[in-house]
Amino acid sequence: MTNQHNEHPWEVKSPWITPFNVVAALIVLVGIYLTYLRFTGGLAAVTNLDDNYPWGIWISFDLLCGVALAAGGYTTAAACYVFGIKKYHAAVRPAVLTAFLGYALVVFALHYDVGQPWRLAYPIFVQQGTTSVLFEVGLCVFLYVTVLFLEFLPAPLERLGIKRVRNIMIKLTLVLTVFGVILSTMHQSSLGALYLILPSKMHPLWYSTHLPIYFFVSSMFAGLSMVIFESTLSHRWYHNRMDKSHLEGTPHVTFGFAKAAAWIMAGYFFIKFFGVVLNNNWAYLNTFYGMIFSIEMLGFVALPAFLYIKGVKTRNIKLIRWTAVLTVFGIIFNRFNVSLVAYNYHLPSEMKYFPALAEIGVTIFVITIGLIVFKFIATRTPIFYELPEYKGSH
Amino acid sequence: MNRRKFLGAIGAAGLTITGAGKVLAGEKPVMGAAVKDVEGLPDSYAVLFDSNICIGCRQCEMGCQQENQLPEPDVDFHDPRIFEQTRRTDWKTYTLINQYDDEAPGVGWLYRKTQCMHCLEPACAHSCFVKAFSKRQDGAVVYDRKVCVGCRYCMMACPFNIPAYEYHIALDPLVTKCTFCEHRLLDGREPACVEVCPVRAMEFGTRTEMLNLARRRILDNPDMYVDHIYGEHEMGGTNWLYLSPVPFPEIGMRMDLGTTPAGNYTSGALGGVPIITAFWPVLLVGAYAIARRKDKIAREERDQYVSRMIAQAGPEVGRKLAERLSKAQELDQAAIEEEVRKALAEAAAKTESEEAH
Repeated sequence: MTNQHNEHPWEVKSPWITPFNVVAALIVLVGIYLTYLRFTGGLAAVTNLDDNYPWGIWISFDLLCGVALAAGGYTTAAACYVFGIKKYHAAVRPAVLTAFLGYALVVFALHYDVGQPWRLAYPIFVQQGTTSVLFEVGLCVFLYVTVLFLEFLPAPLERLGIKRVRNIMIKLTLVLTVFGVILSTMHQSSLGALYLILPSKMHPLWYSTHLPIYFFVSSMFAGLSMVIFESTLSHRWYHNRMDKSHLEGTPHVTFGFAKAAAWIMAGYFFIKFFGVVLNNNWAYLNTFYGMIFSIEMLGFVALPAFLYIKGVKTRNIKLIRWTAVLTVFGIIFNRFNVSLVAYNYHLPSEMKYFPALAEIGVTIFVITIGLIVFKFIATRTPIFYELPEYKGSH
Repeated sequence: MNRRKFLGAIGAAGLTITGAGKVLAGEKPVMGAAVKDVEGLPDSYAVLFDSNICIGCRQCEMGCQQENQLPEPDVDFHDPRIFEQTRRTDWKTYTLINQYDDEAPGVGWLYRKTQCMHCLEPACAHSCFVKAFSKRQDGAVVYDRKVCVGCRYCMMACPFNIPAYEYHIALDPLVTKCTFCEHRLLDGREPACVEVCPVRAMEFGTRTEMLNLARRRILDNPDMYVDHIYGEHEMGGTNWLYLSPVPFPEIGMRMDLGTTPAGNYTSGALGGVPIITAFWPVLLVGAYAIARRKDKIAREERDQYVSRMIAQAGPEVGRKLAERLSKAQELDQAAIEEEVRKALAEAAAKTESEEAH
């Protein structure tokens, strides 16, 4: 990676026919076909869901992982605007955009999963099931998508030159950030709390009354690692769209976030460890499920925490970037363990769920849409650079 | 307000306060955080199923299918081969009989009926984010197909694995489960399955009556029954109660569900909502204020430092230093110190060279 930067990143044009665009177009075509199958043949036509497994990978990945990995939005915004660490400023816009798209895609993906998607807003506008954890999740996600949209709004407004509205939005930054952290705290933890009501179906190693806290704490380092991971990819693809301050700010973000993630992961490791102690789950460790649990805790929490620290100490940016990938995989592993491995653990293996190819296809389709929209927005609005007239004014 | 209306209002208020009214249809729901101990609905309808009496004829299945106009079953109601597997409820089966002994299919001695248990504190109702499920005062757990979004959280939450789903329907799939023949209960009539049972394996009455009947059977025939009424306390109690000649796990009923109503498992987490909403702004704005103050103090110290330098080294050096510092404003403390060091070194070098001249 060079230290050269483009003086006019807003003038970069990209060609239409690229390998990315071709592959993305093919995936979208397949996705449209799967959409047709889903809405003509029902969930049975595209999924392996059944009465014992009402939630499959569209919940495990699209919802649980999607929300956790979009946590970069609230962590980055909080670090920069609430805790006043201004050197992370360059990371805010990409993180907020990713979070906004992440949440929008979660909502989009849920339209495939729920039976009657046109009623998706019923819990908010028609009849409120206030005793339900899912109601809290739904309400917070609905509000947070709105907040993220408002947080993202200055970028397109700057591009379109609508200064007055843009300046109002900038004034609201702190309020929106605080509101975003509150909403994130609640729904990140609530996703874990979803499983509290079914203790009889969950493996004791993953079931705990502290599930909401586990989910919230792990969302923090999930978000931080995702920001590092994304900035790695962005620097590869959008280097010529980044201005000097973005390029100079990135190492601060990478090292700072790695340090923060390692610190939080150490805390997370110990609260999970105390979970084993408090629930007296030692006996389970020496089983198949115990092995999976140990791999999760040692291989995907303790190890990356150690590698992050090593990367920071030796100023090894490459190591940190790979550790971010490992951490992201760890989060996916954890969410899958809770929602698919621990859930219904007592069922005989022939009754267990494995996603259908079409189900995985829809998930890939959703991710691809995210990448396409991200690319569309990042190449047209000031995400990786500041327009000259707004420099340093937010 | 006449006297009867007044007493009715008092009664309704009382029900809400005891907590049993939380998910009752038509009652104002109480937030999960306010879950109180469940007193139960002693006068609601209940059914007592006795595994000692059931002969596995599946007349109840047929009666249910006809009463609720369900689709034709995959396997004929008279085909004993159905007992070769253990079944669960599905979209065309609200109730079913499984065989739990080692005899040939259909000629055994140990059968058990499955249907919705109609919990006093139903997990489905607590988990539903649109209140599609509710507990009626007559005991039935009922479903409102007009609001159901199809998220299937009720199916996740149900400890008895009862709600099923119409996965094959493209646009308006529903969650399906036993309704306790809610339309018949309104007339005080027993459910269809109870009515058609040729051996009276099920009795119908109030929950108090059924519990007393169950206790009497156990006391009168202690050798025939396990000393446990399943559903009296399981998951906070149910309106369907079971007696068995063998330990309940042997007829596919879990004894490890506990007596805690489902809603109590989430009330703690939901109780955190107001705490977070109220206290997070305090913490976050506090952190913001601390960060701001720290910056302000740093700025003041810097300005003091600059003016001291100006006083010591003369206006020229001071001006340069201030320039450098303001340039470095955006950078962190290390960079500022670096700039200060540079400026001082330069000033020293200048003084040295002047002295040399």
